[in-house]
Amino acid sequence: MTAPAKIVLSDVHKSFGKKVVLDGADLSVAKGESVVIIGGSGTGKSVLLKSILGILRPEKGSITVDGEEVIGMRSKARDRMMLKFGMLFQGSALFDSLKVWQNVAFGLIQGRGMDRDQAHAIAIEKLAQVGLAESAGELFPAELSGGMQKRVALARAIATSPEIIFFDEPTTGLDPIMADVINDLIVECTKELGATTLSITHDMASARKIADRIAMLYKGRLIWVGAAKDIDHSGNEYVDQFIHGRAEGPIKMELRA
Amino acid sequence: MDFVAAIGRIFLAFLSHVGRLSAFAGTALSHIVRPPFYPRLTLRAMVEIGYYSLPVVGLTAVFTGMVLALQSYSGFSRFAAESAVATVVVLSITRELAPVLAGLMVAGRIGASMAAEIGTMRVTEQIDALTTLSTNPFKYLVAPRLLAGLLMVPCLVLVADIIGVFGGYIVGVYKLGFNPSSYLARTWEFLEPIDVISGLTKAAVFGFIISLMGCYHGYYSRGGAQGVGAATTNSVVSAAIMILIFNYVITALYFGK
Ligand SMILES: Nc1ncnc2c1ncn2[C@@H]1O[C@H](COP(=O)(O)OP(=O)(O)OP(=O)(O)O)[C@@H](O)[C@H]1O
Ligand SMILES: [Mg+2]
Repeated sequence: MTAPAKIVLSDVHKSFGKKVVLDGADLSVAKGESVVIIGGSGTGKSVLLKSILGILRPEKGSITVDGEEVIGMRSKARDRMMLKFGMLFQGSALFDSLKVWQNVAFGLIQGRGMDRDQAHAIAIEKLAQVGLAESAGELFPAELSGGMQKRVALARAIATSPEIIFFDEPTTGLDPIMADVINDLIVECTKELGATTLSITHDMASARKIADRIAMLYKGRLIWVGAAKDIDHSGNEYVDQFIHGRAEGPIKMELRA
Repeated sequence: MDFVAAIGRIFLAFLSHVGRLSAFAGTALSHIVRPPFYPRLTLRAMVEIGYYSLPVVGLTAVFTGMVLALQSYSGFSRFAAESAVATVVVLSITRELAPVLAGLMVAGRIGASMAAEIGTMRVTEQIDALTTLSTNPFKYLVAPRLLAGLLMVPCLVLVADIIGVFGGYIVGVYKLGFNPSSYLARTWEFLEPIDVISGLTKAAVFGFIISLMGCYHGYYSRGGAQGVGAATTNSVVSAAIMILIFNYVITALYFGK
């Protein structure tokens, strides 16, 4: 990697009570790079993103963004740092008391103090990029389908053109064609706007398309990190089992009767 | 031993709650006085608390005033002190009944809705989304509500004072046969500014408590619909209890000796 590291996680530990979720996670994301995290359901992918954002506080380890330590950061410094970030939550997390366009424009109006007319125009433009008409902007989130909500949340995440964007399962719940439109949009964010992105997906087609590098999370650690083109000959049996979706292999699903 | 341990645990849990609540209140207060401010949201909360609570508070006040006139008339007639009815009504309403009953009614109406709204935002990750959009949830959600509670409950109580006295007047004049002008003269005769001022002080404190409990329980709710339900109940119960306790404390401070 020639570009300087934008986000560095080292030896991050996070547990909930007795349940250990992250157990020494190490990852480094370079500026302008697109990294995709894969891993089984419930392995802690969302927890990893939330730890970087400071929503969850790891017990141990270090996370730096542009060289600045984020664990234990003061709220004012955090508010400032958040200006660099855009985040698509897995459950969309749209503000249900605000109209769709106000959701998309929220970071522009509240975070950056832009005036409403200008922010409205940008919001409409971002909605168009995710395939939503201007009329949808006047609706409330509860009036949209799940997939539409996801796209609104995506538009909100990219509205401020942040330097770093996190996508938590951006294409889950979308039809294959729309999923590909969203993949293209994410690629555009990195390639054309130069954003650093960290995405989570279960959709291997999507991962291959948007990732420069892929990292696999298993048992609280990133057990394999490599270039996206090497994913098919990673030489790692866990990765092989995962990308081919086989029930047999070293990863045992913990099924309880 | 188990018994002692259990008491110790409960006591520690209580202390940790008190500590967390104090920290919450301190942080919220510091955000009320520091920019950026959200005048729109404050105004909306003020309308919600002040304007939409008028019917329920007015109804409470008018019936309380009416009952008070009837009760004191029948009670005081035992020692031929019926002429004190007007004075008893105005003093009881302004000092005690208007602030306490209005406080309890508003706690049920507003505290519950605040806890439910903020609690839902918490469990659907909307509060996390706020922080990722560089907006401090204390400033955006908590401070406007605290300020609105602090300012609007005194206004409500002032209205309740007037309506309550009016209720007493109706019963006094039309049912108990007092002369209208002498009833009014009696009402004014012994009323002192401190009676109204102490009541309004209580109202401001109660308003702050109601908003604080609503926001606090909502902010720390977890676990989905059930958690939000518990937060709603807790906010109303704890606000009601604190209103009764602080009612005594403020009364003792004003009229203790
Ligand atoms: N706030 C929380 N409190 C307690 N446990 C939690 C909390 N958040 C996550 N967990 C636990 O952490 C583990 C990882 O959760 P996480 O949401 O990161 O999974 P994930 O990898 O994103 O899964 P999925 O692909 O299904 O979204 C889960 O087992 C979950 O039970
Ligand atoms: Mg997840």
